[in-house]
Amino acid sequence: MEYFLELFLGGLTRGSIYALIALGYTMVYGIIELINFAHGEIYMIGAFTALIVASVLTLFGLNQIAILVLASITAVIYSAAYGFTVEKIAYKPLRHAQRLSPLISAIGMSIFLQNYVLLAQTSDFLPFPSLIPDFEFWEAYSHIIGSAELVILITTTIVMILLTFLIKFTKIGKAMRATAQDRNMAMLVGVNVNQVISMTFIIGSALAAVGGVLIASHIGMINFYIGFIAGIKAFTAAVLGGIGSIPGAVLGSLVLGLTESFATGYVSSDYEDVFAFALLVLILIFRPAGILGRSTTQKV
Amino acid sequence: MIKFSEIKKSFLVSLWFMFLTFPIMVIRVNPIEKTVQWRWRNMMIIGIGSFLLSFVWRFMLERKESGQKKADVFGIHKISFIQRILQEPKIYIPLLIVTGVFAIVFPFIFSAYQTNIMITALMYVMLGLGLNIVVGLAGLLDLGYVAFYAVGAYSYALLNYHFGLGFWTVLPIGAVLGVIFGILLGFPVLRLRGDYLAIVTLGFGEIIRLILENWNEFSFGPSGIANIPRPGFFGIEFSLQSATNYIYYMMIGLTLFTIFVVNRLQNSRIGRAWMALREDEVACQAMGIDKTKTKLTAFALGATWAGMVGVIFAAKTTFINPASFTFLESAMILSIVVIGGMGSIIGVVIGALILILLPEYLRAFSDYRMMLFGAILVIMMVFRPQGIISNVRRTYKFQGKQQ
Repeated sequence: MEYFLELFLGGLTRGSIYALIALGYTMVYGIIELINFAHGEIYMIGAFTALIVASVLTLFGLNQIAILVLASITAVIYSAAYGFTVEKIAYKPLRHAQRLSPLISAIGMSIFLQNYVLLAQTSDFLPFPSLIPDFEFWEAYSHIIGSAELVILITTTIVMILLTFLIKFTKIGKAMRATAQDRNMAMLVGVNVNQVISMTFIIGSALAAVGGVLIASHIGMINFYIGFIAGIKAFTAAVLGGIGSIPGAVLGSLVLGLTESFATGYVSSDYEDVFAFALLVLILIFRPAGILGRSTTQKV
Repeated sequence: MIKFSEIKKSFLVSLWFMFLTFPIMVIRVNPIEKTVQWRWRNMMIIGIGSFLLSFVWRFMLERKESGQKKADVFGIHKISFIQRILQEPKIYIPLLIVTGVFAIVFPFIFSAYQTNIMITALMYVMLGLGLNIVVGLAGLLDLGYVAFYAVGAYSYALLNYHFGLGFWTVLPIGAVLGVIFGILLGFPVLRLRGDYLAIVTLGFGEIIRLILENWNEFSFGPSGIANIPRPGFFGIEFSLQSATNYIYYMMIGLTLFTIFVVNRLQNSRIGRAWMALREDEVACQAMGIDKTKTKLTAFALGATWAGMVGVIFAAKTTFINPASFTFLESAMILSIVVIGGMGSIIGVVIGALILILLPEYLRAFSDYRMMLFGAILVIMMVFRPQGIISNVRRTYKFQGKQQ
């Protein structure tokens, strides 16, 4: 039973990290129908920025909490800036092009950013300082779930609540929903669509940076390539839940995280990714629009 | 005369990029020795570089937009320079002859190394043409095409290892296995559209690769399979040089065969059904085209070529392992199709030659070549999204007198 609980909580942690990245995919997809392949790289850049800032601050001798906060904030700001810039360079000029062009542009951007970090930094794995402290009061339960995992779960929950609030109740959230429903109509009623799209990229990238900092300090190793597999997984999660739907992305991520955790715990750790993709294929066969996705009828 | 506002804009852009690249380009941390290296020179380079590039970027964008407007206003679709050449028999026939002669004498002029690169390029031409059937003609976005390539390569390596089958026996087997896997992938994804299809095919590609990597008893895992024999020719043993030449001529032949088949397919009943499916699925069904059959044939016929090229790849490199069949490979083949111009055979050929040969000859900048490759993909899509040679629709011209 305890093993089960451990796997369950491990799966939830993993799933909530996926969710932070998957939200960026699903929001962008909901608004401009583009698989933003460079999103995983934004996450990687967030982790790298946090690592760099944290190392520099450690040399200045700040205390751990201050480093954690400053590094996270810088990572969020930089990731958001990268997301914004990537959209302006690689996707905005392609707004009206045929479907495949932005996708290739995104793949190109992803390769570019990977190699940019590889050349400017290093190709080796860098040790990431464990920024999240071990809480003393949590000691008694730490055999089931470590305090780092606890922090991940709590942070993710808070971020999700904030995001829901933003989408549901603020002006920009309303504009985003309007743009996602019908871009031309939104334009007609006075929504600044370009601004909304930029904002979507900024928010999505900031969420990815939060995920990047959390996972990097949890696993303790980063290199320039971590964005790729995380991006693919998160996108799988987004599709699993029904792409374009925000609750769907969260649900899909949790399902994916739990599946992987149980599969590695009970079956074999070699085939972790195979289970993830097999689950995706199975769900899409029976529910082609994902778990929470609406199936749209195509009109002629 | 450059306006002041332009300079201001570029200045702001360069400031923004200096800010953006600051942590990654300027600071380098050594976490083990706990030292920080500040590289301010990089910041200066970025500043000046982005200042100048932003002028070029804006100029190109303006040119592209004014070109589009002209086309909209006058209703003329400008036929590109390359297309005009291709439509003029006086130009393209000599061009074809020159290319043919060049292709035949190539191994005698250049070294074996160059010939090897050319073989790789021709392999990608075939892969590109195969994927072109799925993506360009039938409009099904396939991000896991490399899976079929892997199936071909492993079928030769394994059949040879266990049963000692030769290259020419396995070549058709590889093609057939490609078809089988194409249909295997095709069935579950029949109901999916667009991006769902893309991600499932991507997942399929990854599953195949991961199985090859982990199922040690079957595929020898990440260490791969070595000592795969090169293709034979009625039992004659070749030296390394002549074996390379032999594979080269074989590839030329196979590429021509692929071009011939794909061209015939494109103008056949099934080819037109694919194009109808690409344009509008519902309308296409209403016209009485069997969607299931059409999609499955697209997957199957696309995968055939990948299976065949896989066999050739195994025979050429004599060593394969799962690392050769990553997603990057699929992305590469897809880029060939899109950059060359979707649906256009000559475009795919040119695209493959450019995308494979360019990185090879960019080896002088070896560290930067993948970064340049990424940048070229983005720039190409921004300024010429239709590809190098856009596919011209078949049109019928009436030759009668106009009054």
